Amino acid sequence: MAFENLTSRFQMALRRITGKARLNESDIDQMMREVRLSLLEADVNYKVVKEFTEEVKQQAYGERILKGLNPGQQVVKIVSDELTKLMGEKASDLRFNPNGITVMLMVGLQGAGKTTTAGKLANYIRKNNDKKPLLIAADIYRPAAIEQLQTVGSQLDIPVFEMGKIDPLTIVKEGLEFAKKEEFDLVIIDTAGRLHVDSDMMEEIRKIEALSKPNEVLLTVDAMTGQDAVNVAKAFNEALTLTGCILTKLDGDTRGGAALSIRKIADVPIKFSGTGEKLTEIEVFHPERMASRILGMGDVMSLVEKATAEIDEAEAMSMMEKMMSGNFNYNDLLKQMKMIKRMGKFSGILKMLPGMSTMANIDQVDDSQLAYIEAIIGSMTKDERKRPELIERSSSRRNRIAEGCGRSTTEISRLISTLDKQRKMMRQLQNMNPQNIENMAQGNFQPKESRAMRRSKNKKKGGYR
Amino acid sequence: MGLFQKFFQNKERKQKAEKYKIGMMKTRQGSLSSLKDILTKSKAINEDLFSKLEEIFIMSDIGIDTVIEFIEELKESVKTMQLTNPLDLENLIVDKMFELYLKDEIINTNIRYNENGLTIILFVGVNGTGKTTTIGKMAYKIKQEGKRVMLAAGDTFRAGAINQLKVFGERVGVPVIAKEAGSDPSSVIFDAIGQAKKEHVDVLLVDTAGRLQNKVNLMNELNKISRIITRETNGQPFETYLVIDATTGQNGLSQAKIFSEVADVTGIVLTKLDGTAKGGIVLAIRHKLGIPISFIGLGEKLEDLEYFDIENYIYGLFADFFQS
Repeated sequence: MAFENLTSRFQMALRRITGKARLNESDIDQMMREVRLSLLEADVNYKVVKEFTEEVKQQAYGERILKGLNPGQQVVKIVSDELTKLMGEKASDLRFNPNGITVMLMVGLQGAGKTTTAGKLANYIRKNNDKKPLLIAADIYRPAAIEQLQTVGSQLDIPVFEMGKIDPLTIVKEGLEFAKKEEFDLVIIDTAGRLHVDSDMMEEIRKIEALSKPNEVLLTVDAMTGQDAVNVAKAFNEALTLTGCILTKLDGDTRGGAALSIRKIADVPIKFSGTGEKLTEIEVFHPERMASRILGMGDVMSLVEKATAEIDEAEAMSMMEKMMSGNFNYNDLLKQMKMIKRMGKFSGILKMLPGMSTMANIDQVDDSQLAYIEAIIGSMTKDERKRPELIERSSSRRNRIAEGCGRSTTEISRLISTLDKQRKMMRQLQNMNPQNIENMAQGNFQPKESRAMRRSKNKKKGGYR
Repeated sequence: MGLFQKFFQNKERKQKAEKYKIGMMKTRQGSLSSLKDILTKSKAINEDLFSKLEEIFIMSDIGIDTVIEFIEELKESVKTMQLTNPLDLENLIVDKMFELYLKDEIINTNIRYNENGLTIILFVGVNGTGKTTTIGKMAYKIKQEGKRVMLAAGDTFRAGAINQLKVFGERVGVPVIAKEAGSDPSSVIFDAIGQAKKEHVDVLLVDTAGRLQNKVNLMNELNKISRIITRETNGQPFETYLVIDATTGQNGLSQAKIFSEVADVTGIVLTKLDGTAKGGIVLAIRHKLGIPISFIGLGEKLEDLEYFDIENYIYGLFADFFQS
């Protein structure tokens, strides 16, 4: 996931400082050097990094640290607080026109993902805000751009207004009239990608803005953008009244430092993030969660939210309860997998769980494995599905299942241990208090074994014999 | 007199370099032009000056590790050469940049054409870097050189990608082999190779869907494509160009690394260099992974694709040094 490497760098830097009774200035300097390097490596703008490290340093040098009982924790808190501040405090909502048509204008450089995002956004708003969307194809320059939007529109069953390659201003004007006549209440205008230094093209987008009077002017930015992100955001913000930014391709392995810079230097809130190639893979951008993700706390909240959006609430609640209680069985796993399938790629979901983001090779999770797992569970008896320990104890049961589904016994053993791990992890999650989360952030979280866990461990010993 | 000035005493050379300068005008004004300012204003070569230099290089996306190494080497040279005047750093920086890029090798970034038969060029990269547009431009360029070109629409995933390539095919006047959207890219490419051989085409340019390098399945797909081409060319080497957007930051390194693991990337096409981004990450890629830059994209017109030339590139970045 994005920020992953940044996370580990931070954890390294923080680890150095935690566990010490006293901090001296060189400790802080050393740590700030790490913080600075990791932020630069993450493509955070140089100037932003400078300010950030200065601010943290100033605070860290203060009395609170040197007199504090646990200085490491205090530095963690300061870094986290400042980072959150830098990212913006909370999620920014979209602005709608309360009476009439809401107009949103998509702008950005070439190849940032405007067209795809326009479709994703229209679909998202239709679903969550109960609007009737219309897409307007105003990119007359790039070959087949109109057709691309039409394809996206037909995949989502959202109408697309186009007039071919004529003056974009006319297209927008006619499009808005069409929307009025046909009683659409949300119009998203897809525009051509343009360089922020191309004065003719910037003039064109200014005119489109003046004509359409959009409620939202959304700058689409590639999450992989480097130091230049700031120039782009600044220039677009000067030419137009930007109301927000959408960060695309955040499902890559980029650290996405551009997000931090844009917010700080251009003062534009990031409202959404694109997290995959499917047209449903768009999320509200939660700056405070992103900051916590940087510190390695996982993102259970996002997972819960995503789950509730796709699955009816009762189902999700009972599943969450099951997950948290720690005794879920193969039936639940099967159900969970079906839900996950509806939510998107498994590997994407996995990364949102705490602790998982630091696991190596998370992206090696092959979604086709899910099919095998389903087959294995399909070969279990009803009893076995309900009581996982049955299989755990009996090798003849495992052999029978292996024969039934055509997978190897190794794979079955692996599934058993996966379920086991998951149960344990969920139990830990449930018992977690803020202290543990902080420890986890520093990468030295050692959960205390509950009595139940110890008991089940002992049970297993005999079980295999 | 540094190595650099010698390069540009030749008038023809200089004219060619001017083209880069114009294309990269905005790039230069972005930040590297201030390099001269900094050197002029500094009174001595000290830590302060080095940290300013570091800032400039980092702002060009050259990459933190590479920059740190570069600055260390610079310091070392200053010591051994006993330099004291900041302006002496001019030539040193440029020379060191050359060294960083050339690494004592002779880099030939020309396309390696297959003398007896079909030459295949595969284009790979993440989403939205400009693969399809680059293919259009390159088809134009190669056709200008008097060769017969064919395009293969291997991006069957992105909406409109096939048509986009077809439009370029029409503009340039070269045939495009395509199947309907959603079909298996490998089969499109396989068929295109067959067709190209049958029609005795000289060069086949193969488009692929943009893919983020951490998507294992998509990278496996690319690996398959690469293997098919290897097989169909009987193991003849072929060019695989990784297309990188100049605005890309540190992620460019990860792109270059992982893409060259699944396909043998032989060169980089650096696109969108006509903006304010400097594309410095390609220097880091060359430095760390040894992959050279082959072409650069300097605009939206068909003719806006140039063979990469490190002298011109660095001249574009540092042109202010040589104005007066």
